[in-house]
Amino acid sequence: MKAGSAGPSPYTGAVPQPAVEVADLRMTYGAKTAVDGLSLSVEAGSITAVLGPNGAGKTTTLETCEGYRKPQSGTVRILGLDPVSQRRELLPRIGVMLQGQGAWSGVRAMEMLRHVSRLHAHPLPIEPLADRLGLHECGRTPYRRLSGGQQQRLGLAMAIVGRPEIVFVDEPTAGMDPAARRTTWELLRELRESGVTVVLTTHYLEEAEQLADQVHIIDHGRLIASGTPEELTRGSSATVRLVVDHELPAAAEAALRDSVALWSKEHEVGVRSISFGSRTLEDVFLELTGRGIGHE
Amino acid sequence: MSDSDAAIAALDLTPRPGSAPFSRQVLAQASMEARLMLRNGEQLLLAVVVPVLILVGGVTAGEHLDLKLDDPRPLVDIFTPGVIALAVMSTSFTSLAIATGFERRYGVIKRLGSSPLPKSGLLLGKILALLAVQLVQIILIGLVGQILGWSPKPGVLGAFLAVALGTAAFASLGLFVAGMLRAEATLAAANLIYLLLMAGGAVVLPVSAYGGFGHVARWLPSGALGEAMRGAFLDGSVSWRDLGVLAAWSVLGTALTAKTFKWE
Repeated sequence: MKAGSAGPSPYTGAVPQPAVEVADLRMTYGAKTAVDGLSLSVEAGSITAVLGPNGAGKTTTLETCEGYRKPQSGTVRILGLDPVSQRRELLPRIGVMLQGQGAWSGVRAMEMLRHVSRLHAHPLPIEPLADRLGLHECGRTPYRRLSGGQQQRLGLAMAIVGRPEIVFVDEPTAGMDPAARRTTWELLRELRESGVTVVLTTHYLEEAEQLADQVHIIDHGRLIASGTPEELTRGSSATVRLVVDHELPAAAEAALRDSVALWSKEHEVGVRSISFGSRTLEDVFLELTGRGIGHE
Repeated sequence: MSDSDAAIAALDLTPRPGSAPFSRQVLAQASMEARLMLRNGEQLLLAVVVPVLILVGGVTAGEHLDLKLDDPRPLVDIFTPGVIALAVMSTSFTSLAIATGFERRYGVIKRLGSSPLPKSGLLLGKILALLAVQLVQIILIGLVGQILGWSPKPGVLGAFLAVALGTAAFASLGLFVAGMLRAEATLAAANLIYLLLMAGGAVVLPVSAYGGFGHVARWLPSGALGEAMRGAFLDGSVSWRDLGVLAAWSVLGTALTAKTFKWE
């Protein structure tokens, strides 16, 4: 925490490093601890994924960064600013995509986007933005009757229309079809190319692997691993990799499994998983937590 | 395909953050809210259809039944300002409460909370939207009144203050209800209170029509607004006492809202 870096400086093209700094954040709701001493930082101009199962504390962390929640203990700095006490100064500089909803039930997609754009000084032109995210197909349909994917795309458009320095996107592709998901990934990459810092939460491992420069894996409100997808998938001494020279026929695969089972019994080594194909973040998560990411 | 390629090329995502000037944000918010209110069928029913039906029905039935109020003046002259007061009440209280309740429910207020629009701008936008809708209501009710033979002697100051303070009182109370209850409960409560005040709150009918209860009704925001409006349109007066009652309700409503309102 460089307290000196916080100041009401106008945007000059350079953002303080790191763009996001969370230090020893703790958040509890009644008896439930949502975030338990979490520390992480996000480098400016990167795409950073906060990965974890449902209930890991991702949304709480993100909403604390966005200034919706006051840290119960610990500190959060966004672009060097305190998101609660310096909220008015920070808000124009960040873009937020909430998880679901966030528009009037009777509003039309373009109308909503135009409205949010009018709150900003130098918004993106909304027609090309809408083209890009396929929002014109929504036509005059009121928001409540849009599909989940359409609502998500509108949410993303609203998050970036103000030309922010950082965008926080909470589960950006939940409910999207594969084509829309690819469009969203492309757009997020393009934001990075343009110098925007992207922080996203996801429980899709593929999304983190495909998109992120840096991945923070959190579980039960704690950071359990950080690194680039390559670093995280490189493995550890608890991982044994066997690379063979051609694709295994089913019989050979079954025989290998049997041999491993036998070996595991003889040497009293528990085998958590065997995967055929490349190691993924799913493997990493499994290794660290002992359970799959889809499980609570 | 080539069209969308061109569009993609035009999208420069380089950061250029900044808030629009406060006044532009407030105007954007006000026009958005006013449009949504006028587009919503139920809101429109409450805002225009019900008041016009009451005006037409009240005047024609009253004349037919030879209804005698204490006041010797034509029924339409007494009813029209009362119906204008009713319209202000329905928009500032019921429509605002219901709309705000559902905005909380659908995360609109939360979403706008991370936009450059400050809460003061949101509130100001809402108030301007109410005033715009009420202007439309007053014009329509006035036209219908004219058709029914209304001949007002309007006092501009009295009418202006009645609309302004009536809006302040009912809007603050509406926000209080919307901030306290869930959206469905707000919907029920705001409609129920509206019906009770319309029937028994001396808004359309003068307090003199309520006998002894009239003295109580005049302390209600509905009775005070009705009397202030009738004063302004019947003889161009400024009913300071009733305006004072409305101001007191505004202070109470604002204090309650400030203490209890949750944006999420």
